Amino acid sequence: MGGLQKKKYERGSATNYITRNKARKKLQLSLADFRRLCILKGIYPHEPKHKKKVNKGSTAPRTFYLFKDIRFLLHEPIVRKFREYKVFVRKLRKAYGKAEWTGVERLRDNKPGYKLDHIIKERYPTFIDALRDIDDALSMCFLFSTFARTGKCHVQTITLCRRLTVEWMNYVVTSRSLRKVFLSIKGIYYQAEVLGQLITWLVPYQFAHDHPTDVDYRVMATFTEMYTTLFGFINFRLYQTLNLVYPPKLDSKAESELKAEHEEDYAMDSESYLEKLSALSASLARVVATAEEEENQLDLFPTEGEDQENMQAREKEQKEQEAQKRLFEGLKFFLNREVPRESLAFILRCFGAEVSWDKSLCIGGTYEVTDETITHQIVDRPDMDKQYINRYYIQPQWVFDSVNAQMRLPVEDYFLGTTLPPHLSPFVEEKDGDYVPPEKLKLMALQRGEKPEEEDDVDDEELTEEKNLKKMEGTRAQGKTLAVKVTPGKVKPWETGSVGNKVRLEQEEKAEEKRLAIMMMKKKEKYLYDKIMFGKKRTTREVNKLTAKRKAHEDASKAQKKQKKAKKQ
Amino acid sequence: MEEKDDEGESVCRLVQPEGLFMRVKKNSIPRVQISTPYSTRPEGDIRNTVGNIPMEWYQDYPHIGYNLDGKKIFKPIRNKDELDEFLDKMENPDYWRTVHDKTTASDIRLSDEQVDLVHRLQKGQFGDVNFNEYEPSVDFFTNEVMIHPVTNRPQDKRSFIPSLIEKEKVSKLVHAIKMGWIKPRKPKETTPQYYDLWAKEDPNAILGRHKMHVPAPKMRLPGHEESYNPPPEYLLTEEERMAWEQQDAEDRKLPFLPQKHSCLRAVPAFSRFIHERFERCLDLYLCPRQRKMRVNVNPEDLIPKLPKPKDLQPFPTTMSLVYIGHSSLVRSISASPTGQWLVSGSDDCTVRFWEVNTGRCMKTLEVGGAVKSVAWNPNPAVCLVAVESTVLLLNPGLGDRLVVSSTDQLITSYEPPEEDKEQAVTWALSEGPEHDNGHRLTLTHPKAVKQVVWHGKGDYLASVMPDNSSNLQVLIHQVSKRRTQNPFRKNKGLVQCVSFHPLRPYFFVATQRYVRVYNLIKQELTKKLMTNCKWISSMAIHPGGDNLICGSYDCRLAWFDLDLSTKPYKMLRHHKKALRGVAYHKHYPLFASGADDGSVIICHGMVYNDLLQNPLIVPVKVLKGHQITHDLGVLDVTFHPTQPWVFSSGADATIRLFT
Repeated sequence: MGGLQKKKYERGSATNYITRNKARKKLQLSLADFRRLCILKGIYPHEPKHKKKVNKGSTAPRTFYLFKDIRFLLHEPIVRKFREYKVFVRKLRKAYGKAEWTGVERLRDNKPGYKLDHIIKERYPTFIDALRDIDDALSMCFLFSTFARTGKCHVQTITLCRRLTVEWMNYVVTSRSLRKVFLSIKGIYYQAEVLGQLITWLVPYQFAHDHPTDVDYRVMATFTEMYTTLFGFINFRLYQTLNLVYPPKLDSKAESELKAEHEEDYAMDSESYLEKLSALSASLARVVATAEEEENQLDLFPTEGEDQENMQAREKEQKEQEAQKRLFEGLKFFLNREVPRESLAFILRCFGAEVSWDKSLCIGGTYEVTDETITHQIVDRPDMDKQYINRYYIQPQWVFDSVNAQMRLPVEDYFLGTTLPPHLSPFVEEKDGDYVPPEKLKLMALQRGEKPEEEDDVDDEELTEEKNLKKMEGTRAQGKTLAVKVTPGKVKPWETGSVGNKVRLEQEEKAEEKRLAIMMMKKKEKYLYDKIMFGKKRTTREVNKLTAKRKAHEDASKAQKKQKKAKKQ
Repeated sequence: MEEKDDEGESVCRLVQPEGLFMRVKKNSIPRVQISTPYSTRPEGDIRNTVGNIPMEWYQDYPHIGYNLDGKKIFKPIRNKDELDEFLDKMENPDYWRTVHDKTTASDIRLSDEQVDLVHRLQKGQFGDVNFNEYEPSVDFFTNEVMIHPVTNRPQDKRSFIPSLIEKEKVSKLVHAIKMGWIKPRKPKETTPQYYDLWAKEDPNAILGRHKMHVPAPKMRLPGHEESYNPPPEYLLTEEERMAWEQQDAEDRKLPFLPQKHSCLRAVPAFSRFIHERFERCLDLYLCPRQRKMRVNVNPEDLIPKLPKPKDLQPFPTTMSLVYIGHSSLVRSISASPTGQWLVSGSDDCTVRFWEVNTGRCMKTLEVGGAVKSVAWNPNPAVCLVAVESTVLLLNPGLGDRLVVSSTDQLITSYEPPEEDKEQAVTWALSEGPEHDNGHRLTLTHPKAVKQVVWHGKGDYLASVMPDNSSNLQVLIHQVSKRRTQNPFRKNKGLVQCVSFHPLRPYFFVATQRYVRVYNLIKQELTKKLMTNCKWISSMAIHPGGDNLICGSYDCRLAWFDLDLSTKPYKMLRHHKKALRGVAYHKHYPLFASGADDGSVIICHGMVYNDLLQNPLIVPVKVLKGHQITHDLGVLDVTFHPTQPWVFSSGADATIRLFT
């Protein structure tokens, strides 16, 4: 027996991981700075396989980072900037203490700052990577852009977020890449398809936030700092792909149109420009003036068999998408002041409609209510005094449902003051066995081009009642004439070995075979099998519950209707 | 009254400055500290000298402090209680202007001036009536230039010649600028500059890190229930809502309550919006990430592919006969080696003999005690039944005369040996009416016997008397010589059941958890089988002798391949409740197990002669028929010796034949 004695925890997984505190000490950073660095660099903790081994025998709960990650952080130039900032704060405090105001001013002028460009490039080496990860950035920026400018974060951040989101919305409008929208109780979900990536984001409703106290805004601000940088670069690149000028400029034609109106109402030119952009009513200026729309057709390749089928499917899909992009083309909308202007204008413009609103509501309205060519007016109030005959007055849900259905839905259900049909989530894709709400089934039938069945429940019921009455009368009449009636006897299936019986027997046999085979399963497999079956049963139970609930609801509403009718009579 | 007036004035003076800064709440009487300067102190003025202390300190004393002369100030004899207070309130017209002075424990009626003062303070006015707050202000220095200066000091020289120090400083700065030491301030960039960051995408930039990186999962997309106007079935009912509210936030299936709003206008802000974003942020930088392989298994694939039961016929499938006659649990059954007769022992103290084909009870014997076990002698030429309680050997006198007489001859041919040895049991020959009934031999055991078992040849008989504390648990009797021996010298645990090897001189003893295999000739332990069960209930040995099954009270059936290992070759957990009886068929590859859940499960258990091939075990039929009484179902199972039929006896006092 020779050789050096091996010491414990000096090789293997114990050296691959490092606890948070040790990492912090290694980097010589405060916890807040370490957290900031991790957020910016996208470093997250790891769960080691054998916690006790990594923890050197202790079972205390600790957060572990990969040692490699921490070593990677060591070379980060931003760490130096953090330290500089720390020194700056110290100097500033000192200057304040000594009441050296010129010194304070000088220090403030030379406040150290840092840029995150290299981090973005490093984290997302390709553009597609960045685009894939933009969901959270979008939601965060949209949230921050709705904050009031009252100290929860820097005003510059809020304006920057607003600017970036407006740019994004303008891009989506110009590229017509919006696919799905959903009005939830949290806010409005949008889904766009940008360069083949599905991007979903959530925008809160336009209300003042009541800021919770148990939220660390510094963490959110750090994330936003990173997201705005990422988002700006992505916007730049996206504008470039569409040949648009960045930062966005309005079309010269549109600009002149907008200028003609009440320019003097707005105080600052820079502010009003962002407002005009955010109005989304005008198109953007392009770097190279091109023809309005380029039809990018799929090139045809001679293909055979399956490829051809695939090709055809793809072609069909593309056609559908094109059709969806022109969903509202040729329609002229007017938004009443009570509807959420920005989201509706955004959606309608994405699908090629013309939109306007009252000029006192926002800058950028292009025509008045009195315009005779308006086809739809979006209204969200129970009644309107003055109505024009040649336009539809519809509720905002129509726009959302139509976008999701990829077709203009019949407007009758969405008229002023009517009870709206349920608003379904477009993100749910039902597999077989899942519950499908009847509205969705109806919608699918409509999409296939089937005529919706007229739902005349009341008439149906009347008819059946009449039938019943007739039957009863008939039987009565029969009873008078013939007291005894002979009906032909039926051969019971189980008496003779009929086909049904055989089938049933076979099924029973099969079921028993399965039962017996299940008995012979290994313990491990049985466990897995039971788990799967449990999950399946749970889903079916949920489906049954939903169906039963729906049925109960429909019965109740039917009874109510009947009662009302009876009252009327 | 005059004194009071005096006081009022003094109060004015004291309180006045306070009123300037303090806002007095309206409709609340301010605490007015009443004090007078010494000079104007009239006679009879009670003043407490204890100072500004909590007056509770004097709670336990009769006095409340000391006056200016150092005399004690005594508390009033009787404190006012609620009733006094109330009466005072009702009757005293000056109640509203009476103030209780804690320091002297007396009531003070406020004078008109004092009341007025209070009112003024309440309104936020100055305490002094005569104070004019809008007096014209008089500047200390006038704004008009006067002809005479205020001071007549001549100006300093330094006030009109340029400063040298400043000049030096300026020249220093100028020099520094010239030398390029000081640079003019750069205009600050407020807005970030963006450019095409990915202008040249470099494939080398994709490092190993990026391949190892686990991207954060996207947020879950909303379902129908999150809609502002969901279909009615997604809304929670009243009970569901209550349950939701009572659950912890982590346990909730939905993190929000589905709500229905009639129009978009009515939708409020979501109160937890910022929370949810924040939680997402926390998830992004605090959660460990891991790639989890999700098993996507078709459950049908997990079910083992077994040969169809149809192909493994024959095996019993239907219940064809029920033997009714017993009035209590039928503990044990045994079929005659010819398969014509069946014997059963029950708790109603009878042993019954049945004809198998007809279900007829041929004979009933009262044995005077609950019958725990019956066993038919496997020797076809002899017909002996060992019945337990005190072990009885019976000649049922059924069937072939020759057999009956040869049986009797076997019993009577015994010749007692010369020297009588002391034996553990006493052998007694039955006579008289008992002999007519069929009783032949009675073996009186010292303890209650639980099980009897015949050796395959039919001469030896083993009986089990479970007892945890002695070595006298198993006895082996030889009928022809009427001899009894105790094979074990040591107690190895509570014996559950025993069995003879069908071919070789081995003896199996099952204790609670183990089965021990003894070689009777060498008189040694050859094997100890670990059953992995908590408590063995029954045991059966394959007619080939190389396999063994054990039923246990913890719902398991263990199949041992004796050549393979001392651990079970297969554990079957078919039954839901405790197993009570197991049995092998003599010729067909079948075995059966009966349990408390009232079912008998027939399995195909093929044992191959080829040693390399493992036994094939396939459950082929679940037979149900017995009713569960007192939580007991099937108590014993046994196969017909020649046909693929199985008998089962149950706690419902019946015996059933499945064919």
